[in-house]
Amino acid sequence: MVTLNDYLLVSGLLFALGFAGVLLRRNILIIFMALELMLNAANLSLVAFARFNGTNGLPNYNGQMLVFFIITVAAAEVAVGLAIIVALYRARQTTNVEDLNSLKF
Amino acid sequence: MSPILFWIFTALMLGFGAATLINRNPVASALSLVVSLLGLSALFFSLDAYFIGVIQILVYAGAVMVLFLFIIMLLDLKAEQRRQLSLPVLLGGAAVTALFVTQIVLVVRSFHAGNQSFPPLASKFDDASNIGNMLFSHYNLPFQVIGVLILVASIGVVVLSKRELN
Repeated sequence: MVTLNDYLLVSGLLFALGFAGVLLRRNILIIFMALELMLNAANLSLVAFARFNGTNGLPNYNGQMLVFFIITVAAAEVAVGLAIIVALYRARQTTNVEDLNSLKF
Repeated sequence: MSPILFWIFTALMLGFGAATLINRNPVASALSLVVSLLGLSALFFSLDAYFIGVIQILVYAGAVMVLFLFIIMLLDLKAEQRRQLSLPVLLGGAAVTALFVTQIVLVVRSFHAGNQSFPPLASKFDDASNIGNMLFSHYNLPFQVIGVLILVASIGVVVLSKRELN
């Protein structure tokens, strides 16, 4: 029997993976992919809660609508973020975040 | 969904998610992320969120990852050379992640309301039709705002990726 807690645990682990990727990787593209993993982990727990709080034999569609909007915003965010990365690469010829330290105190 | 399938897809998702972060080659990372997102969409299907699952495959595994691969090949990235990650960064990152996982496990274990299986659904329901009704009635304004957001994003991308015109 798969319970809600199983889904929440899996979602938390996926979020932790993305979190570790953002903290430990130095390639800005990989950091961006780790951000996507974290967004998807949030989506998984939202869908699990929407299914769990269903009434009248239907899932709670408010949660699924939020996931729909998150996916849309994430797609727009990926487009803009990758354009920024391309502009950055043109200016600096690097994707390593340790070489991008001109704002560092 | 049977527990076996649930754990298979979970292992697929988490395993390839980890492979995304471990691979040195960005192309291999992106392809691992595709498999990870496909596993996640299987979990969406297991939660009877068919529309969201299909959207996940189309938008994430399709459009977004093609964009990632396209940018990786445009930048012509080689596998990064092995750089020594400084020890404080490594220890700090590992410690914060371990604390986070511990916290998640503790919170989930103390959440007793979630320790039961999901309520039964109607034998037949139109997922896409319900979502469409919701989207065009109750969530009409956010839907239109999202349209403006995508317009702004596409204009922004064009402006950002244009070379300087002098």
